[in-house]
Amino acid sequence: MTRRIKYHVLLACVVFGFASLTASQAKEPVKIGITQIVEHPALDATRKGFIDDLEENGFGKTDGVHIEYKNAQNNRAVSGQIARTLVGDKVSLVLAISTPSAQDMAAVTKEIPILFAAVTDPVAARLVKSLDAPGGNISGTMDRSPVSRQLELLQEIVPGAKRIGTVFNSGEVNSVASVAEIKAEAAKRGLTVVDAPVTATTGVKMAAESLVGKVDVIHISTDNTVVAALESVVKVCQDKKIPLFAADTDSVARGALAALAVDYYKLGRQTGAMARKVLGGSVKIAELSVEFQKEMELHLNPGQAAKMGVTLSEAVLKRGSKIIK
Amino acid sequence: MSWYTLVGALEQGFVFGLMSLGVYLTFRVLDFPDLSVDGTLPLGAAVCAATIVAGGSPFTGMGLAFVAGVGAGAFTGLISTKLRIMNLLAGILTMIALYSVNIRIMGAPNLSLLNRPTVFDGLQGLSMPSHVVPLVVAVMLVGLMKVMADLFLHTRFGLAVRAAGDNPRMVTAQGMNTHHAIIIGVGLSNGLVAVAGACLAQSQGSADVGMGVGTIIAGLASVIIGETFIGDRSVFMATLGVIVGSVIYRLVIAAALSFRVGGLSLTASDLNLITAMLVLAALAFPTVRQRLRSRAIH
Repeated sequence: MTRRIKYHVLLACVVFGFASLTASQAKEPVKIGITQIVEHPALDATRKGFIDDLEENGFGKTDGVHIEYKNAQNNRAVSGQIARTLVGDKVSLVLAISTPSAQDMAAVTKEIPILFAAVTDPVAARLVKSLDAPGGNISGTMDRSPVSRQLELLQEIVPGAKRIGTVFNSGEVNSVASVAEIKAEAAKRGLTVVDAPVTATTGVKMAAESLVGKVDVIHISTDNTVVAALESVVKVCQDKKIPLFAADTDSVARGALAALAVDYYKLGRQTGAMARKVLGGSVKIAELSVEFQKEMELHLNPGQAAKMGVTLSEAVLKRGSKIIK
Repeated sequence: MSWYTLVGALEQGFVFGLMSLGVYLTFRVLDFPDLSVDGTLPLGAAVCAATIVAGGSPFTGMGLAFVAGVGAGAFTGLISTKLRIMNLLAGILTMIALYSVNIRIMGAPNLSLLNRPTVFDGLQGLSMPSHVVPLVVAVMLVGLMKVMADLFLHTRFGLAVRAAGDNPRMVTAQGMNTHHAIIIGVGLSNGLVAVAGACLAQSQGSADVGMGVGTIIAGLASVIIGETFIGDRSVFMATLGVIVGSVIYRLVIAAALSFRVGGLSLTASDLNLITAMLVLAALAFPTVRQRLRSRAIH
């Protein structure tokens, strides 16, 4: 009896495996693989922009293009398996959203063209040798925040600010790079930076509270952990009248007073345009240089600004691409 | 599932088999649920990657990873036995401490190994496709470690380790010290886990401070799946079962990633659910079996 169950389970596994074996052998003309490390608003927007751009420009489902989207749910081992699955599925091109997804993809194929998106520093991640001439089978778009312009805006809105506070996750490679860049840029402008590291969303409130009295403004970079718990920072900033700036636009609707940021949807579209060049055969991926975001978004929240003790001038409001009422 | 996906899943199954062997040593042999492994897997990756980036040989990196893992595991064993900290908590403490340590070792949360030397280079260019090489290396490594673990568990000290898990009072009554068995046992277990991390970093192209997420779950699942399908009648079968369990675990994930019936396809966002279902099925299997067996008697 029990042995029979055991064999049934094994049999089911075999059938399951073969079913998927035959299923994946169905003929499809153009297959594009997408691998993404985790569900996240910015990364999801990137993917949506990419797909929209392709669909509107002759690479849609009706044009015979099939998109395989896989998400690793923040598990590196699964991300590695996804990379191998995409290679095994013989996709014509891969979009790798985020640094770890791109690294896992680059580790398993030297032939399939890989476009990365939402990667902050592709050179440090050793994805490409140089931004202008990546060579090999990989290129893409970067999401590096315009730190210099962000600090310029910060000084324009809060002219007296001398000390900037920031909360960041010391385990996120992008955040560590951002904080280092903020410090370098701040030094050029005669500003000092006080950083408060966290390792989980639960620590964010305490870290923000630790900055009270030590800083004039708080600037949050595109840190996944801190942005996830942004409300706790907003609360501290409102209570203590500390102006709060963000580096992603979604955070403005959630309570930051301003953000000059990369628009991830547009970044996705920009990556889509690169993909069309490669798929169309007009350009080889080795010849595509890594691209930056062309137009930045400025979101403003005058109501929150008032709660944090600053007024947004007409000149600033006029430049805003979106004003939250 | 394509051939390439299958090879990839087998490779990961064997690499994680090393890790599962470690989990078997603590969870089953020592009866010590050790959560340090979520920290020692990236520790091994970090030590190995830092060694390679600094210009050291990948083999030296793997060796150092093992030593670092043993150290971290021994620390868990030490605070649990000597300071009488509950074993679950001791593991958690080591795990969270290692998070900072790992970033220190790498100097950053992520260290890329793309286009750097790895242990797989030596076999490249032989008469096999390049993507099969990591699988061959993983099988050899896990096979070697399995044999070593089997031999270890049959030595005098190994028997003491097994007794410390089965019946600590008896061990104490025989005039032996269970503390040493626990400290060394947990140490060796984490050494294996760290080597798995080192191997993984090289096959995936980077070491990342977040790569330990879910290690203990995969390890426990592999141990239990192994016991269900292979059994644990002897040490030889049990350690074999752990490796087979790890391979089955990865094969199911790979199958889930490739599975598609008509318009219905399991996406990666269903993965954690599928993983949980698989582990649940394996956990429930012995109970269901017993129910059916007793029904057959009546």
